[in-house]
Amino acid sequence: MERELRLMKGNEAIAEAAIRAGVDGYFGYPITPQSEILEYLMEANPAETTGMIVLQAESEIAAINMVYGGAGCGKKVMTSSSSPGISLKQEGISYIAGAELPCLIVNVVRGGPGLGTIQPAQSDYFQSVKGGGHGDYHLIVLAPASVQEMADFVELSFDLAFKYRNPVLILSDGAIGQMMEKVYLKPQKPRATEFPDWATTGKSASRERNIITSLDLDPEGQEEFNHKLQAKYAEISKNEVRFEEFQCEDAEYLFVAYGTSARVCQKSVQIAREQGITAGLLRPVTLFPFPSVRINELAGKIKGILSVEMSSGQMVEDVLLAVNGKVQVKHFGRMGGIVTTPEEVVEKLKSFFIGG
Amino acid sequence: MTEEIIIAGFGGQGVLSMGKIMAYSAVMQDMEVSWMPSYGPEMRGGTANVTVIISSERISSPIIRHFDTGIILNQQSLDKFENAIKPGGVLIYDGNGITRHPERKDISIYRVDAAEEAARMNSSKTFNMVVLGGFIKVRPIIKLENVIKGLKKSLPERYHSLIPMNEKALIRGEEIITVVHKA
Repeated sequence: MERELRLMKGNEAIAEAAIRAGVDGYFGYPITPQSEILEYLMEANPAETTGMIVLQAESEIAAINMVYGGAGCGKKVMTSSSSPGISLKQEGISYIAGAELPCLIVNVVRGGPGLGTIQPAQSDYFQSVKGGGHGDYHLIVLAPASVQEMADFVELSFDLAFKYRNPVLILSDGAIGQMMEKVYLKPQKPRATEFPDWATTGKSASRERNIITSLDLDPEGQEEFNHKLQAKYAEISKNEVRFEEFQCEDAEYLFVAYGTSARVCQKSVQIAREQGITAGLLRPVTLFPFPSVRINELAGKIKGILSVEMSSGQMVEDVLLAVNGKVQVKHFGRMGGIVTTPEEVVEKLKSFFIGG
Repeated sequence: MTEEIIIAGFGGQGVLSMGKIMAYSAVMQDMEVSWMPSYGPEMRGGTANVTVIISSERISSPIIRHFDTGIILNQQSLDKFENAIKPGGVLIYDGNGITRHPERKDISIYRVDAAEEAARMNSSKTFNMVVLGGFIKVRPIIKLENVIKGLKKSLPERYHSLIPMNEKALIRGEEIITVVHKA
């Protein structure tokens, strides 16, 4: 079937892609810079077409717990917010991870801490990939770098979420949420009519009842469950690493950057090469699992790595772990809602590694 | 071909929608586009600006500090962006309310008095289309016919009756834009 071409904001693309992916329910609460997701869905009113429920909850906490409930019924459900709102959702996210339920959470990141600013940032990396809520759990974290990927990653997220019974986070930022680009939309998929066998869809006489919980008061049982979770994360790490390389073949210096920073660094690669510096870019598409193996391979062939992120340096810790001392790694990034410029990145590369 | 454009003016002047129509027009020509608005506090009651990038290739950074073309619609924006235009680039401005005119010698400067013209045409809302008409005259990277197609695509159908008025404004913009200085 022919795909439809539109010019859309990243936030709108997520919303439209959710309808088309056959999502059953969206539960959200407005916050800049992601309010267009809820606004678009309200306007589109998919209840009348696909039957998808769109609900503005009374708070972020209510929204994530509606997601918990919907996910327990085996439905495709999602929520979205921006940084302060995602902090509020962390308890629910930990419960969903502990109950091994599939769902999609979208974070269109703004500068923090606290209420911070409404401008784009990437300072929620630790929260996204290292926990956020309590307990030993991981989300699968996808980092779109274009409006097209905002759309495409919705369906991908649900595929992964259901495959592993694990919540998936799309880690975006205010720039990608607010900017418009061309996007090819997939045709409408019907909503699911059959649900996984673990879902609480009403007990029939022929089977045991399904219990969705994250509670096991017996520590032995809880440890065993944690082993099971860790085995799942190892499986995800083995199968689901995604990244993109940009002019890495002959690179002497490597940028590692995701999302908006990856777009910025693509231009930095061009500028550096015009100045005779052979730079390349590795863009992690999944932040958990992280493309550590590939970064380690590349580290053996290059003279230095500059990790670029709109933060004080969070992802750089994973880059350092991946590189394991093979080559020098530095971090650069603006903070508080200021987007790093391509020129600044090149200047930093030169001052760290080349001298000048 | 890559054209990096900043459009800046007061909130309510139609800066963002002009950028959107420009982007839609480029899509009609099968080009890559990005449209990155200012959405910060400055938008709430002050200046609004949008970066539009039109390219025959995949677009790298949607956020940039230097531009091939600046379309500047108030004094604050002129003060802010005159020096952000690349040497050899183009500055288009509306003289309405401007007290300090652009001074650079290494860029081409054009003036399109769109506010005055739109008022004369009794359609002050098509102000931004007069400006856009001026732009396509001096930077013919998008064609008028594709702007019309872009308008059709970006406007809800109930507003399609306004398209002829906008077309007139675009053509008027092409006619009234004048060279101030050529680099």
